[in-house]
Amino acid sequence: MLLALLALALIAVVLAAPMGLRRASAWRERRRQRAARTAGDGFDLELYDPGRERRAEQRARELLRSCVNEEEWAMYRDLGFIRVAGRHARREIDRGARPAYAYLVYPHKPIVAYVPESGQLLSEYCVEFPDLNGTGGRHRLPASDDVLAKWMALTSDEDRVIRRANMHLVGRQLDPARVRRDLWRLAEWERRRGGRQQVAQRQR
Amino acid sequence: MVKFLRMKPGHGEILLAEGDPRLAEDEERLVEEFRRQLDEGMWAAVPVTHPGSGRREAQMVKEYADIPPDSERVIFFPRASGG
Repeated sequence: MLLALLALALIAVVLAAPMGLRRASAWRERRRQRAARTAGDGFDLELYDPGRERRAEQRARELLRSCVNEEEWAMYRDLGFIRVAGRHARREIDRGARPAYAYLVYPHKPIVAYVPESGQLLSEYCVEFPDLNGTGGRHRLPASDDVLAKWMALTSDEDRVIRRANMHLVGRQLDPARVRRDLWRLAEWERRRGGRQQVAQRQR
Repeated sequence: MVKFLRMKPGHGEILLAEGDPRLAEDEERLVEEFRRQLDEGMWAAVPVTHPGSGRREAQMVKEYADIPPDSERVIFFPRASGG
């Protein structure tokens, strides 16, 4: 019995050997080609530069600063997000100085729509600006470029960017408590800023 | 003079082209670059300031002819997609 099993195992090994050899040969060939490719492209490979992303972000911040107004820039610098007013108004009363709704624009996070009057959170819009032509596997814009892209898209063609975004109730990606805290921070920031501007006007 | 800038991952913005649209030679180059960027799937926007209110916003441009005449720069950025 044992002898028969051994004989069967031997036959199975002999039959499987060509297949195994073919696989080993293909693996060796792939490895050789990969090594040749790496050696050939060695000079084209970008060296890792730890300061690159930081410099890119610095440039992006300068570009953002040059595009948005002084208040929006100060908001981004101090709070880390920008508020953009919504353009649509359902009622005539909403067409006043204060917009009926507004957006909070965070870097690499969903855009949040809310009602400035009440602080009610409406929805979050998940939207990205992936550069599919990015080199070296980089598709993500620097944080401030992402904010600027959202700002440009919202202020120029709000409907188009909102149509392209995936809309969810607030809470899918962003913590509603954190957004409410940001709205509180924004209100405090505006109060302090308003106070400083009044003092500056009185001193003139 | 108008500058064509493009947002690029890992770089910040890069200068694509620069020229005076009133000069035929420059304009031809700018039109070519504009079309190339749109063909690559970019959106183009021009930051503008409203003279009266000073309010700033962007103006999306879909054709070279849509670029406001006194624009200093056109910014190309990847088109939005649902995240």
